[in-house]
Amino acid sequence: MLIDLISLAWTALAGHRVRTALSVLGVAVGIAAVVALTALGEGARQYVIQEFTSIGSNLLSVLPGKTETTGTMPGMGGVPNDLTLQDLLALRRNIHAAQYIVPVSMGTETISHGERRRQVAVIGSSPEFLQARELRIAQGQFLPPGDVERGTAVVVLGHMTARELFPGQQPVGQVVRVGEWRMRVIGVLAEIGTQLGVKMDEVVIVPVATGMKMFNRSSLFRILVKVRSPKDLDGACDQVIAILTERHDEEDVTCITQKAVISTFSSILQTLTLVLVAIGAISLTVAGIGVMNVMLVTVSERTEEIGLLRALGATRGQILWVFLIEALMLAGLGGFVGLLVGLGGVHLLTWLYPAVPADPPAWAMVGALGLAMILGGLFGVVPARRAANLDPIMALQRR
Amino acid sequence: MIELQHISKVYEVGGQPIYALRDTSENIQSGEYVAIVGPSGSGKSTLLNIIGCLLRPSEGAYLFNGEDVSQFDDQALSHIRQHQIGFIFQSFHLVPRLTALGNVALPMVFAGISSSERQFRAKEALESVGLSDRAHHRPNQLSVGQRQRVVIARAIIMQPSLLLADEPTGNLDTHSGQQIMELLESLNANGLTMLVVTHDPNVARQANRVIVLADGQIAKRVKGEELSAGSMPLF
Repeated sequence: MLIDLISLAWTALAGHRVRTALSVLGVAVGIAAVVALTALGEGARQYVIQEFTSIGSNLLSVLPGKTETTGTMPGMGGVPNDLTLQDLLALRRNIHAAQYIVPVSMGTETISHGERRRQVAVIGSSPEFLQARELRIAQGQFLPPGDVERGTAVVVLGHMTARELFPGQQPVGQVVRVGEWRMRVIGVLAEIGTQLGVKMDEVVIVPVATGMKMFNRSSLFRILVKVRSPKDLDGACDQVIAILTERHDEEDVTCITQKAVISTFSSILQTLTLVLVAIGAISLTVAGIGVMNVMLVTVSERTEEIGLLRALGATRGQILWVFLIEALMLAGLGGFVGLLVGLGGVHLLTWLYPAVPADPPAWAMVGALGLAMILGGLFGVVPARRAANLDPIMALQRR
Repeated sequence: MIELQHISKVYEVGGQPIYALRDTSENIQSGEYVAIVGPSGSGKSTLLNIIGCLLRPSEGAYLFNGEDVSQFDDQALSHIRQHQIGFIFQSFHLVPRLTALGNVALPMVFAGISSSERQFRAKEALESVGLSDRAHHRPNQLSVGQRQRVVIARAIIMQPSLLLADEPTGNLDTHSGQQIMELLESLNANGLTMLVVTHDPNVARQANRVIVLADGQIAKRVKGEELSAGSMPLF
């Protein structure tokens, strides 16, 4: 019976190709928009989460300055007290839940070897930076262990930096100039990609004391604390703030956990995704009205046929289904085409611009088809009811 | 088979009750061939629609095979139309996008008969009206006479006990009209009860009985052969 009604609806839809194609197109555009927009929103969210979790969710950052008091970005001026290597050592002595406590100073410098030169981000840190940021060494060694306050003239190159400065050569053991400084290359990082927006393949890493001297800074950029398990994060944060408040005589540092950052970003981007879905839903509503319009025209055109079917013994309920199924088929077909177009569009986009994070979530794909069907049902029921409630005799007499 | 007891049908037009049918009683036996004649507006169509279970009477009882169907709901009436009554229309009412075969099979779709049986029975019915070679033509590829034969095949496909024809020859030329009436008469000869609304005295003359309607009431009952050729009974 259902199959018969579907094939009956199919002959009707096939009899009006242009009209059918246009209303299918309307639904398809709406569904494609929902699929593509959720893919972009969800892709952005996944991207951010992946970025943060790639460096471990057990990490917390200590920044000089209090966001609330300065009103500017932490570490960008208005800093009451420096975050010093002495602070770092004090934290290392007192926080036992921490696996690694790592200083970070940052700046940009020109690195050159012979004729080749390049502007790079320079990170000053300690040997534990490798483990804390989950990096790997490809050649040579990382920063040597020793007193953090003593800066030696050694440098570890990012994968890309090494390849560009030493094409086809062995970089380890060579001497490069970083700004005014002559430094010996002791290692090269394995290829890793982008971490937290920093292209780790294009950085160079020097001992933290060297870095601070190089940039003439008295304060660290931040201190990274890696704890053993995520449940230690909040306690460690409190401890850090307590210790540094005591040392500085005021609370002038900010402690950010990765977890907090992730959840903030995640909820912001989830909201963004929902906004995008809502925009898609508007075009779907328009498409639904299109389906309803076409179905009303169809019912009005086929009034005589409805009367005939009633005379032949079709019940009101059966007539309702004849037209509801037709609407559902229009919408379902549109949903299917829209899903294909949406996914195709997303794939094309990521193929053209690999940097654009786009990942159509499974719920959106199932949801899009479901949404199309609900749409067909909602906007199809009014025309179908109109058809079902036609008086058979009046319907038959209409020519 | 059909018992109409004091049937009336009233429409409200501008607050005034208009009687389309007034206190009409009539019995039709199984196997009869009855013609209904009368001028336009005399209530022929209303009577046919009530007998065809497309319309409920305002007053009176309508016994179909002993059951009072005047109080039946939509579903029960649909069921009777589906299984007991075949309709033949003046203007055919064929679905233009379906082939002759598809049109003939249409009543079976809503009766939930399987596709293979539908095919078989529809082919058989088309053969019985002499249209086997036109099964896959659409209505607009058929002559009017052929169209009416498709309609007859559709009307008998559910093996009804009653055939209702509203001006079956009204849109046909004399020759094909005659063929259609011969076909209908042969169905009647096989025991199918037949009720024909007609303007055509030559059609009415073939009937066992002729019911003459005027102003919503039965004005006269005559035998078919009593009608003189080429003239309609007096009103």
